[in-house]
Amino acid sequence: MKEELEKRIIKGPDGLEFEVEPLRDYYCEAPPTVMPAAYSKIVEDLFNWARSESIWILGFGTGCGAIEMRPLMTPRFDAYRFGVQWRPTPRQSNLFIISGYLSVKTLKRVIRSYEQMQNPKYVIGLGSCTINGGMYWDSYNTIKRLDQYLPVDLYIAGCMPRPEALLAGFADLKKLIRSGKAEGANEYAEKFEWYKANQKRVINDWDMPDYNW
Amino acid sequence: MQFEWIQIPYALLTLFIIINFGLLMNAFVAKIGARVGRRVGIPIYQNYIDLIKNYGLRSSITHGVMFYLAPVFRLTGGVGLIMFVPTIYGSVMFSNFSFAGDLILALYFIFFGTLGMALGAGESGHPHAAIGVSRGLSQVTMAELPLALAVFSIALQYNTLSVTEIVAAQQGGVLNWTLFTNPLAVAAAMLSFLGSVMRPPFDVVLAPQEIPIGPPTEYHSSYLALMQTNRVIYPVAKMVIFMNLFFGGADNWPVFFLKIFLIYMFAVFIGVVFPRFRVEQSIRWFLIWAVPIGILAVLVV
Repeated sequence: MKEELEKRIIKGPDGLEFEVEPLRDYYCEAPPTVMPAAYSKIVEDLFNWARSESIWILGFGTGCGAIEMRPLMTPRFDAYRFGVQWRPTPRQSNLFIISGYLSVKTLKRVIRSYEQMQNPKYVIGLGSCTINGGMYWDSYNTIKRLDQYLPVDLYIAGCMPRPEALLAGFADLKKLIRSGKAEGANEYAEKFEWYKANQKRVINDWDMPDYNW
Repeated sequence: MQFEWIQIPYALLTLFIIINFGLLMNAFVAKIGARVGRRVGIPIYQNYIDLIKNYGLRSSITHGVMFYLAPVFRLTGGVGLIMFVPTIYGSVMFSNFSFAGDLILALYFIFFGTLGMALGAGESGHPHAAIGVSRGLSQVTMAELPLALAVFSIALQYNTLSVTEIVAAQQGGVLNWTLFTNPLAVAAAMLSFLGSVMRPPFDVVLAPQEIPIGPPTEYHSSYLALMQTNRVIYPVAKMVIFMNLFFGGADNWPVFFLKIFLIYMFAVFIGVVFPRFRVEQSIRWFLIWAVPIGILAVLVV
């Protein structure tokens, strides 16, 4: 535990002393819950259609694969015409693309960002590194199988996959969402203990609460 | 004007038309921008889907009471603005709840949403939101000044505070428009307009490339959807006021759509030509260029 995260007494500028407990004050510790689908099937189908046609990606590049997402925003591949857009904040994003190798240090940030996204949320593993470690299979500081740490909806294999592969991946993800099979957020809530145990096994300096939205 | 119950469904009909027009116009402008960059761009109906999706997200978290209220405040600003100005001149159906002093009320409503947003974004606790709010408030306050001066000038010129009467005074040919009878006031107001539609060069407040999107950083799901709804109503509502005050109003919907679109394209064209200002630059710009024109407009009248 880092020093600045420990409970301490702080003296304010007006001379009053008050207690600060960063983990309590700055985070929410409530574990995620399984969110049921809309009551009526036809409404849920409508929402699923809307979710599939309006995929907002978190602008977070984790590895070398992030470079493959840039051509998608520019004229040659232009993913905007398929309803795919990039958002700068995890609160507004629906899709997290783990683009390539994921070092343990980044995994911590990925978990925090993923937990801030709203249900339903989707994860795409891009590149071989997220499937079995790829060329980093014997590296000491990258994770090997992404689905032990986050619920993955879809993998796009390759090293690196071209932007066309990503577009095909989006099309497949849309089919998954529309058929109601992309329930990664609920899966994460159901198997929360298991995911947390796996995450804590690789992250040695765990200095955040178990769940931080 | 006497109140009658039938005005309520009429006003809601206006609101419905404005929302659809706003959604389509925003997508259309985005598509023009994409075509300029040789992209295909978003589908024209994309904004509808984004709205449905955001309303349809299952979870949402809160940071406190003001965080809840801010999108409501914001929407109130937009809807209130459209409710109290006449959209179509001479039409009983689309005059909404306009009354003798509606110009003053409209000025209040223009600022209302920004203040609510500032409180809500401040409560979200995100540093980007706090920076965005301080930037946004200082810039919008400065942009309001020339608009207020222009409105004073016009109120003096026409000797009334009723938008309907101002439109009535401009009928009978293009040369009767305020644009030609009081060009200084129109110039000051159009410069102020640039500062409040959040397009470049004055979009440092919520441009994704700056501090990630500023005040709405923490907003998500249905909160964000409410704000998106407002983002299509509010600029159109504001342009309705501009159209009524300066460009002769509109006496039917096609003219209305055309004029609103052209007023918006004014901001869009400026935006694609000029790079983004920092906040202190934009404040200085408004003080040097827009405010003196506004003062001059008041003096000349």
